[in-house]
Amino acid sequence: MADTSLQHRDGEAAAPLRRPSRVSALLHRSEALRGYLLMSPTLLIMILGIVAPFVILLAMSTWTRQGFDFDTTFTLANYERTWNEPIFGALLSRSFWVSGVATVATVLLCYPMAYYVAFHVHHRKMMWLILMTLPFWTSYLLRVFAWKVILGYEGVINSGLMTLGWIDKPLEFLLYSKTAVIITLAHAWAAFAILPLYVSLEKIDKSLIEAATDLGDGPVARFLRITLPLSMPGIIAATFLIFIPTTGDYITPALLGGPDGAMIGNFIQLQFGAVNNWPMGATLAIVLMLWIAAIAAVFLFVTRKAQEKIA
Amino acid sequence: MTKTDAFISIQNVSKFFGTFRAIDDISMDIGRGEFFSLLGPSGCGKTTLLRMLAGFESTTAGEIFIDNQPTSDVPPHHRPVNMVFQNYAIFPHLNVRDNITYGLRKQKLSRSKRYEMAEEMLEMIKLPDYGTRKATELSGGQRQRIALARALILRPKVLLLDEPLGALDKQLREQMQLELRALQRQIGITFVFVTHDQEEALTLSDRIAVMSGGKVLQVDTPTGLYETPKTSVVARFIGNMNFFDGTVRRNGAAAAAIETEGLGTIQVPVADLDKPDGAAVQVALRPEKIALSATRPDAAEHAVSARLDTSAYLGERSHFYVNLEGRDEPVAVSQPNTSRFNAANQAPSGTEVWLSWSSDAIVVLDPE
Repeated sequence: MADTSLQHRDGEAAAPLRRPSRVSALLHRSEALRGYLLMSPTLLIMILGIVAPFVILLAMSTWTRQGFDFDTTFTLANYERTWNEPIFGALLSRSFWVSGVATVATVLLCYPMAYYVAFHVHHRKMMWLILMTLPFWTSYLLRVFAWKVILGYEGVINSGLMTLGWIDKPLEFLLYSKTAVIITLAHAWAAFAILPLYVSLEKIDKSLIEAATDLGDGPVARFLRITLPLSMPGIIAATFLIFIPTTGDYITPALLGGPDGAMIGNFIQLQFGAVNNWPMGATLAIVLMLWIAAIAAVFLFVTRKAQEKIA
Repeated sequence: MTKTDAFISIQNVSKFFGTFRAIDDISMDIGRGEFFSLLGPSGCGKTTLLRMLAGFESTTAGEIFIDNQPTSDVPPHHRPVNMVFQNYAIFPHLNVRDNITYGLRKQKLSRSKRYEMAEEMLEMIKLPDYGTRKATELSGGQRQRIALARALILRPKVLLLDEPLGALDKQLREQMQLELRALQRQIGITFVFVTHDQEEALTLSDRIAVMSGGKVLQVDTPTGLYETPKTSVVARFIGNMNFFDGTVRRNGAAAAAIETEGLGTIQVPVADLDKPDGAAVQVALRPEKIALSATRPDAAEHAVSARLDTSAYLGERSHFYVNLEGRDEPVAVSQPNTSRFNAANQAPSGTEVWLSWSSDAIVVLDPE
């Protein structure tokens, strides 16, 4: 589509501007459209991989099992069961307790490490970060088994303590317990805490800390009033990154949890496996999701309030 | 180490970063209520010295006394000084009022008292009703004022300012200079001000220390630095200066002469010259202290003829570069355009002109 109307004023023909196609003209004008175009591959995968399964899960949770088939009449009986039967509540609260403790422990242990790299390492920060995440290059399963070796009945800790003569017989609470699950989870997810914490700490302008010092704050006060609030985005990100997946985790409790270490994830797995009650499994998955969303909302609200209080 | 009457006394202070000598044996005194500037090019050690006053850098040798107290062992959060940072360091997670009252935490004041004090400071910096604004919603000039209020609310004995006007545009900077000077007069706190802008230092300061390579070259009042620089480095750094190599010729008790390259022989009063006969010196002459005329002025104490090389019209004034007989480097002459039609502005290159100056315009310095 050559446009001949674009001519130089003195009649001398200027090179005509190439008229863009209608699609590219539209894209040029709308910034939002360009954004969506850029996002479209991800958006497509998210719709196919998250929204669609979620809708299926939601639909299935309103069905009932019938032998090896489903009765697809709508019912909320599954939700009623999860509310009324104490086993579900007990499993849920244990899951939240275990993963909550593991999350807090991980964030508390990783914060000093991230702080050290952000504030006290001046050369080769990348190397430090890679070293810290090195254990996570091995498979998750392998790390869980490694903890089994350490915590086991005749494991590293027990045999070590017995050799030293500090205990007469192996400590039994170490393996196949909630403690074992918490220790393993806290270690297994450390990389997911270190990285967001490091990023948020690294971003803090050092002159803000100097300014706080100049205005009379000692090390503790300036940490609580400047560093901690400004690293809050990292803490929140780390908390969510660990809390959400660990609540539904089933490998670690299955391998290390023992009888009183089973979590909701194990139960959901059972529903889809041995018990063969898919609608119940779907219901539990939905309930777990709702609880996590609720807890996350409360957590965000509390941290925001706390931040205002400290300031 | 001795105590002195000075409010801040810097005594033989040195600072090494590894083997790099950032501060090289500096001694000077700063008086109570003085507006004192540290002036120098980047890397001259002025910011390091300021940070040593604040306590962020330790002294490798020597001692700094503030109000007769040695400060070496006092951490920054216990020093009676406050600082306005170069980037202002406004806390981004707090609003304006919480930024200003940040340092009051220790004084255990009631909330209403703190808010009242914040309001007073906001009035003083001419930003009333800004208390609840977010720190991220402020312009550069506003951030600068808030950084100032945050430091001044603590009534420090000394306020340290690290190039606080550097990030502002020219007009705002000039306005803030006037406000800063007025504020300092009003509250009477000692200000130590770091800048690399000589004009800013001249405008603001009671006294200025010119620094270079970790050393203090000269401490003087603005007029003292400009009119009687002690070394050619200072003369060159503050304003523009023409330098002429010369040799002292003593012709008796009352007067001495300096033979110069380009300016001929200049008579100077002996009292101003403590150099022996035959000593090499530099004669320095500021461009604006040279008068330019088409013919030889009758009343002039000193005059030489020259040829116009280039000129630059700056509106309020014009700069001329003229060539002298027996001198390669052109001489700079600056003339105010007091009439609308200054004929010199139109003169072509090569025109013969006369330069004239009075005896008290010249400064005699040691050669570099």
